[in-house]
Amino acid sequence: MSQVTAVAGRGMPLVGNDIDTDRIIPARFLRCVTFDGLGEQVFVDDRAQAQGEHPFDLSQFQGAKILVVNRNFGCGSSREHAPQAIARWGIEGLIGESFAEIFFGNCVAMGIPCLTAESDVVNSLQKMLLENPQLELQLDLEKMQVSCGDFTASVSMDKGPRQMFLNGAWDACGQLVAHVDGIKATAAKLPYISWSNA
Amino acid sequence: MSKGTLFDKVWDLHTVDLLASGQTQLFIGLHLIHEVTSPQAFAMLKERGLRVMFPERTVATVDHIVPTEDQARPFADSLAEEMMATLEKNVEEYGIRFYNVGSGSQGIVHVIAPEQGLTQPGMTIACGDSHTSTHGAFGAIAFGIGTSQVRDVLASQTLALSKLKVRKIEVNGRLRPGVYAKDVILHVIRKLGVKGGGGYAYEYAGSTIEQMSMEERMTLCNMSIEGGARCGYVNPDQVTYTYLKGKDFAPKGADWEQAIAWWNSLRSDKEAEYDDVVVFDADDIPPTITWGITPGQGIGVDETIPTLDSLTADERPIAEEAYRYMDFEPGQPIKGAKVDVCFIGSCTNGRISDLREAAKFAQGHHVAESVKAFVVPGSERVKQQAEKEGLDKIFQAAGFEWRQPGCSMCLAMNPDKLQGRQLSASSSNRNFKGRQGSASGRTLLMSPAMVVSAAVTGQVSDVRDLIHSN
Repeated sequence: MSQVTAVAGRGMPLVGNDIDTDRIIPARFLRCVTFDGLGEQVFVDDRAQAQGEHPFDLSQFQGAKILVVNRNFGCGSSREHAPQAIARWGIEGLIGESFAEIFFGNCVAMGIPCLTAESDVVNSLQKMLLENPQLELQLDLEKMQVSCGDFTASVSMDKGPRQMFLNGAWDACGQLVAHVDGIKATAAKLPYISWSNA
Repeated sequence: MSKGTLFDKVWDLHTVDLLASGQTQLFIGLHLIHEVTSPQAFAMLKERGLRVMFPERTVATVDHIVPTEDQARPFADSLAEEMMATLEKNVEEYGIRFYNVGSGSQGIVHVIAPEQGLTQPGMTIACGDSHTSTHGAFGAIAFGIGTSQVRDVLASQTLALSKLKVRKIEVNGRLRPGVYAKDVILHVIRKLGVKGGGGYAYEYAGSTIEQMSMEERMTLCNMSIEGGARCGYVNPDQVTYTYLKGKDFAPKGADWEQAIAWWNSLRSDKEAEYDDVVVFDADDIPPTITWGITPGQGIGVDETIPTLDSLTADERPIAEEAYRYMDFEPGQPIKGAKVDVCFIGSCTNGRISDLREAAKFAQGHHVAESVKAFVVPGSERVKQQAEKEGLDKIFQAAGFEWRQPGCSMCLAMNPDKLQGRQLSASSSNRNFKGRQGSASGRTLLMSPAMVVSAAVTGQVSDVRDLIHSN
């Protein structure tokens, strides 16, 4: 289990509110039994329409590790294929004005932190990256700040998920299974577990 | 911090532990799975050498990839066939109850669990599908999860979660003719926004909701997620109990009496505290239709496409994107927009009461020549019931195709897709760009009755005019 205390790398601005998971990965690419290969399909329809001008296609953003987004990113379908596609393209962390909850939860379970910041901070970062795509961003989960050259601003994330990243417990599965006695005791107290439907 | 609500009570009863991170380990009473979001979860389980801890608390069906015309195996789409075969292998290997095509009980996961009485008040319900919020109609805490979390539920029957806040959404009064649960939820999302529900569970209350049938409550809760709320619920009452009694998995005998007492005890207290309360008047809700590319871009059927200056600065960029994508002019009436495809179905509006209502309007009319219209029942049981009532004949006589059950063109993972820039009048839940299978396809969300009205007139029209002509 690995701790995630910071993500550093070049950033990619992706401007727009309410970008949904159907746009991140259209449903026809969900016809699969593994997540392999999804990285190539990320935003495939948006990219086709942008004819090479989509940030995921622009040469200056190749190799970016941090995606900078606006409001309600990842809304809609619960498909984990969406963050999987983004991560498999090479993104290791996101910063934005806000994230849809299921998307955020999926990212936690994958070890990809999504940090939120004020609109003006996000807009400034997007502007800086458009002007200078070579800039390095730092998402620091210990100090809860984003920095980019001389620019520094505070970011936020709910206490629980933040702790999970910091202590390396973002993959909750092992911990959850280990509480087997508590799980059985909780189940035993729920009346519907033992009701007869015959 | 909310206190004394159904959400608080159910959350507390299902809390296993507080994790080191401060999150809650929450027991999941019912886990539903389907072919799209489960194969990778089973693979992860296997990779870690884990077993399914409570196989009897997971129920599977297949819905997203199922063709609605030729269902013969192997499916024509080899990828769909592979997903189907993988699910069949997994449920067999782990001993999970499975409602396969042809079992008589297959269907959209959010239709079959309620119709069989698997969904009950006071449960926690999770599924790798965002429309799991549907089950909240019974007074359950039900929400969508991703595939890694499906793995967690399979392995431990629990999830690591942060508690949500609770917003009470009260709707009072009687809905006007031609106005349905679908219009209520489209109206709520229009007013509170597509991210308004972020961090909240929605508790729907008030006299309008109390008067709704269970199926109407399901439509309402179903689209909570479109308003940003991961979960929405209605307190259980006599309507809930009447619906549940006698269903396959409903408690029977002495357990039924015990169940009612327990369910009643879970209702939000009169003096419950909410994090937020919003009140709507049923009389203010028109037949509502979306014009744009998010479910929050809704207007009354009599209204015009909003102009930029009528919107907040925040709403403008997505509105501009929507004008371009939908090819609508600001200020243009939505009524009269020519439609190409009409779709009735989905977990939002594919239940028997939806089909009955739609058939009522279809009877005596005919689908316009330029329109392709089809009806996809939500489940095999819905289909069977509809055929027993002769609804299939009514639809077919009116020029609608009558299909096999599945998710179909709600998200177009099966062969049912829009072509090119076709405009669709749809009873489903999402109007995102490309949602219905064509990268440039366009979707207008509305009630099933309004879809029928669009189908027979060939354009967006007011179902209330059809009422008068009937």
